[in-house]
Amino acid sequence: MLFYPQTFKLSTPSDREILVERDFDAPRALVFDAFTRPDLVRRWLLGPDGWTMPVCQIDLRVGGAYRYVWRKESTGAEMGMGGTFREIVPPQKLVITEKFDDAWYPGEAINTTTFEERSGVTTVRLVVTYESREARDIASRSGMERGMIAGFDRLEQVLAAGGK
Amino acid sequence: MAMESARLDATFAALADPTRRAILARLATGAATVNELAEPFDMTQPAVSKHLKVLESAGLVTTDRDGQRRPRRLQPARLAEANAWLEQYREFWESSFRRLDDVLVELQPRKSPRQPRSRRRGH
Repeated sequence: MLFYPQTFKLSTPSDREILVERDFDAPRALVFDAFTRPDLVRRWLLGPDGWTMPVCQIDLRVGGAYRYVWRKESTGAEMGMGGTFREIVPPQKLVITEKFDDAWYPGEAINTTTFEERSGVTTVRLVVTYESREARDIASRSGMERGMIAGFDRLEQVLAAGGK
Repeated sequence: MAMESARLDATFAALADPTRRAILARLATGAATVNELAEPFDMTQPAVSKHLKVLESAGLVTTDRDGQRRPRRLQPARLAEANAWLEQYREFWESSFRRLDDVLVELQPRKSPRQPRSRRRGH
């Protein structure tokens, strides 16, 4: 069994998108299950250590809703998000809307996840596209974020050095 | 949340301009006066001052007092805050995917015996 943490990539392919990419040593039907079965999702979609997922509801059909709530066990703090399924093509593709309960951005985001298998290794590509009633605002803000990332190429060394 | 959001907006706006990012990169190597900043950028002092004003109102730069000099200094804490949302994203997915590796191992029992190591299980 091989692990591919080194294949993790986070990038901003366009002004309104964030792309997360990662390879997994499993056939894509299994990986697709792990993304869509609540009993599996709640075991791994947890972020950093210390969080659990007391609510994980998935109605896997087009127009069906999903709802996730995470809890930080040490403080009891909760964070929720949810949305609906727009497109389901097992085991290749999932398109869902997503909205965090306390989102700082207006409107919903669209999350498109694709599963591509080669020689038993599945590449997951997850693109979050931010959309908004105030489309212009979000587009320009995302543009700023991209500019910021370019700037960080030079500046992250400074941060690592504690700003000296 | 709203205050934090407004502050982030100001920071992102300040960082959106390539000249301002270049000024920050210069300040990253040490404090500098308006004069010292204007020279390498081939800009007039008022033009540099204008950019510095934006950077200062975003909290990215502060002004020191050193006798007659007014050197500007980078405030990296605010920059780190602006970067935090992207880092949260990265941390969330990296941690989650490491767990998913383990779940996928369990779902494929035939592969488990060949598994060389998994940090999570501490071998």
